[in-house]
Amino acid sequence: MKCEICKEQEATIHLTQVVDGAVKKVHLCEGCAAQSGFDVHGPMSITDVLLGMGDAMPEPLPTLKATERSCPRCHLRRVDFKKTGRLGCPACYEAFEDQLVPLLRVMHRQDQHKGKIPEREKERVQSTHKLGALQEELEKAIAEENYEEAARLRDMMQAIRSAKKKKPRKPKKSDA
Amino acid sequence: MNTERFLNQPSAWLPVDPDDNVTISSRVRLARNRKDAAFPGWAGEDECERIWEELREVLMHCATLKGPMAVGMAELSPLDKQLLFERHLISREQADRKKGSGVVLREDEAVAVMVNEEDHLRLQSMRRGLDIVKAWDVANELDSEIEKKVDYAFSTQIGYLTACPSNVGTGMRASVMLHVPGLVLMNEISAVVKGMAKIGLAVRGLWGEGSEATGNMFQVSNQMTLGEREEDIVANLEQIVLEIVEHEKNARLRLFEQRENVIRDHAGRAMGILSHAHVLTSKECLDLLSDLRLGVDMGIVQLQGPEVVNDLLILTQPGHLQKLEGRRLKAEERDVARALLVRSRLNRALKKSDKKNHE
Repeated sequence: MKCEICKEQEATIHLTQVVDGAVKKVHLCEGCAAQSGFDVHGPMSITDVLLGMGDAMPEPLPTLKATERSCPRCHLRRVDFKKTGRLGCPACYEAFEDQLVPLLRVMHRQDQHKGKIPEREKERVQSTHKLGALQEELEKAIAEENYEEAARLRDMMQAIRSAKKKKPRKPKKSDA
Repeated sequence: MNTERFLNQPSAWLPVDPDDNVTISSRVRLARNRKDAAFPGWAGEDECERIWEELREVLMHCATLKGPMAVGMAELSPLDKQLLFERHLISREQADRKKGSGVVLREDEAVAVMVNEEDHLRLQSMRRGLDIVKAWDVANELDSEIEKKVDYAFSTQIGYLTACPSNVGTGMRASVMLHVPGLVLMNEISAVVKGMAKIGLAVRGLWGEGSEATGNMFQVSNQMTLGEREEDIVANLEQIVLEIVEHEKNARLRLFEQRENVIRDHAGRAMGILSHAHVLTSKECLDLLSDLRLGVDMGIVQLQGPEVVNDLLILTQPGHLQKLEGRRLKAEERDVARALLVRSRLNRALKKSDKKNHE
């Protein structure tokens, strides 16, 4: 859908408002919305600006919040995903995790991968698991005041961490 | 790439297996992406071009592809794209792409990789008949070879990351193509389709998503890709397909017992029209070829070389017809050319079998 002002850009801001019992819809691109003196991130309704009804201050609309979200790596916005159903890059899965995980559960009725793991990821998966196990042992050793064992465990963990660092890979939260 | 060669080669998805005439072919597709780049639909043209160049280089050295052929979408004419689409080697979506997208194929067409379609890589392995486990083995082998050189986008939690969340996890779509005229004629197909939807399988037409089920041919595939092991998805699909095949064989037997005249009539009419028509639309042709195929399967019609029916299924598609004619044809011209091709091929197969019958 094109913007109602410039009629060129895609409209990404959609507003609905009830004025005197009649439903009014306005569709704008971000640029025109800003030019019309409307703060995209603000709590004021754009219809107020356009229709000159600044007195009535409606609640901020959820669609506005949605347009703000974007992937830090590829800058895909949530509205872009809504429009095409396609994500922009692998990092989008982390950027939109809170919305995607419920979606995946509906689509696949599951949310944990059980299939193939690429060889070079296996090491990372295993070392993450191993670090977790060593950490537990370390805490136990300290609690038991077994400092010799604790030092040994600490060295082992450091060795794994430095091996991991050689490969520039950031483990995800889910690996823990 | 010289696409003429395809015209004389049986397609990898339409071979003839005398022992099994219900399952036509099995296919496994894996979606994979590079960790470091935007998905093709969101990346810029330059990035797509660079990735296509890099991935093509990797694929050209894959042993599983046995000295492959590669071609960019920008180098292909619309007609050649149509030809590759009809042979299930590229998708409709990829045919619409130009620069920065391409396909790498094994010579026998049984393994193909689309680069920069919806995902950076779409690996495909096709086998004749019901051979979905082997199709997965081949795709898996190629995938393992590629992952040595390409750092895939992968999450421990949700598996292989894909442009569309519906493919996330294994990135695998396993499908089997079936010819089930018996179930259609006995009005049992809708119950089967409903049953499959309930257990998470999708049913589509001959040319995949959005295509209707012409010629009594259906593609059955897994809907969900996350949360199950590839081996289990494939085994489950195979099990269900075996059941459908049993139903279909059963339906054919009952048809023959209860409505022998109807079956003979269907096959006879199909043969009559196909061997005498001068104008044949694509849909009419597919439907009649399906009737004829059933007649051949049930021994009602004798043809010298029954593979002629399968060959015609693909050769009568618009892209193949125009390629055979060597020029672009309007729809009406295609219907005439299609009828001519079918007439000549079928009459040849009939004459040979008459001769053989008299010997």
